[in-house]
Amino acid sequence: MVRIASGQGFWGDDLEAPVRQVEQGPIDYLMLDYLAEVTMSIMQKQRARDPGAGFARDFVPLMERLFPPLVEKSIRIVTNAGGVNPRGCAEAVVEAGRTAGVDGRASVGMVTGDDLMDRLDSLLSEGHELRNMDTDEPLSTIRDRVQSANAYIGAAPILKALEQGADVIVTGRSTDTALTYAPMMHEFGWSADDYDRVAAGVVAGHINECGAQCTGGNCLIDWWTVPDLDRVGFPIIEARADGEFVVTKHDGTGGRVTRATVSEQIVYEMGDPTNYITPDVIADFTTIQLTDEGDDRVRVHGVRGKSATDFLKVSIAYSDGYKAVGTLTYAWPDAAAKARRAAQVLRKRLDRLGLEFDDTRTELVGWDSTHGFLAGEPPADLPEVQLRIGVRGHDRAAVERFTREIAPLILTGPPSVTGFAGGRPRTQEIMAYWPALIRREAVEPHLSVEVLPV
Amino acid sequence: MTMMPLVDLAHARSGDKGDTANVGVIVYEAEHYDLLRGALTVQRVKEHFGELVKGSVERFELPNLHALNFLLHGALDGGGTVSLMNDAQGKVFSTALLRMEIDVPDEVAIKMRGRGRAP
Repeated sequence: MVRIASGQGFWGDDLEAPVRQVEQGPIDYLMLDYLAEVTMSIMQKQRARDPGAGFARDFVPLMERLFPPLVEKSIRIVTNAGGVNPRGCAEAVVEAGRTAGVDGRASVGMVTGDDLMDRLDSLLSEGHELRNMDTDEPLSTIRDRVQSANAYIGAAPILKALEQGADVIVTGRSTDTALTYAPMMHEFGWSADDYDRVAAGVVAGHINECGAQCTGGNCLIDWWTVPDLDRVGFPIIEARADGEFVVTKHDGTGGRVTRATVSEQIVYEMGDPTNYITPDVIADFTTIQLTDEGDDRVRVHGVRGKSATDFLKVSIAYSDGYKAVGTLTYAWPDAAAKARRAAQVLRKRLDRLGLEFDDTRTELVGWDSTHGFLAGEPPADLPEVQLRIGVRGHDRAAVERFTREIAPLILTGPPSVTGFAGGRPRTQEIMAYWPALIRREAVEPHLSVEVLPV
Repeated sequence: MTMMPLVDLAHARSGDKGDTANVGVIVYEAEHYDLLRGALTVQRVKEHFGELVKGSVERFELPNLHALNFLLHGALDGGGTVSLMNDAQGKVFSTALLRMEIDVPDEVAIKMRGRGRAP
């Protein structure tokens, strides 16, 4: 049996969770998922300002803390913390190991080659159109605005790094699930065409990839009874060679693992459940069987899979204008009516200034910003409401001017207004997401694994 | 038959892929799965969300989890980084769906009423 623990469900997750996973009980592998569609474009923005940036910086001080216990307990880490700069990340982790005093006793595996940016024009000229999977437009329509392009890569390079003995493996845009199933393939010697078992690994990876979201965090069912979320246990997959596994957490930690908490995570970000596509296999999530064994243990079995497609998904970020969102808070009585009047006043002023936007949006936080019209009409005795108004457009100066039109409403708009302590809203450059497919042979020969000694 | 809010029959979780939100709905009691399948047709769900979902609605069944999965296309104002919405990643479309009123047999209403709400 091999234990693969999850220590991070996104960039910004509980900083102490990986340390608790290592200290509070036995594990063999720790996977840390830092990436999402949004994250890649944030990292890309950071790299544009500083060529040394572009990865999950929190991971480096974390490794300073983790290296000594990892070396002592022979725990290996697999992470996509490398973001759009895995080399920069891996080199910083090597430095962290030296600071932690594990020189000569650990190594860092680095996976590169998922970054297609430098090859983009030659790929396009070779006929890879990289059409948008949602709109079917070819990438050429926005080529000059592309900021990053990364292929989602699977288990193969992680397996190679594990075989070469790397203790910490840093990748770029590896799929979230591969971080969990690559160690299973390595430990149990599953071959790439052992579709059912690899698909079981994909399911384990999907359960692990959002951290505590399968152990009681953000869990709707009976949320008011979930114990001790202040010290919630992150998930641990107890994997077996035959593909069956158990989802659990360390003894004595908070949270809960039941059929229901695991089911909520399984349906998270799901598309067609019969075709959960990864670079290594297509898993059929309608074959998943869950058995609640009690005591925070859920057994997962029955998973079926089939061969992967000839394509890899590509995550492309491109500049697509600017946006800004401003807020003001209005108090009783008639809080919602005041907020709506303020929005009307603001819109008239923006029109009079001749400012044009692709979109403007008004929401009332505390009333309709989450469920829209389904919330119904707000009552006159609503104690307070926050006006949230946003604009989006390709004219940066217009968006900038909008950010200067919020504060004037305090003295020139409807009454009972407060909550402007945060100051003028910030203009953000929009990095839009362009999902595409590329033939695998255009990417896979370019993947590279290097193992750096600490 | 009695009208009952879906929140008392099922729990749910939602997420995003680009401009599409997904909502996975799971019944509390396995015996109510057929009731859920009958009540939550693509058309009913599309009508429920109205202007909140600009594109089509797709439905998938997961009988093994007693769950349905809905894809709500064009629900996120362009999605992730583009969207001006507070809920740009569709995190709470789940409970928006659970607001739906559905017709259930009286005994189901008696058994389940209040199930989805904190005491």
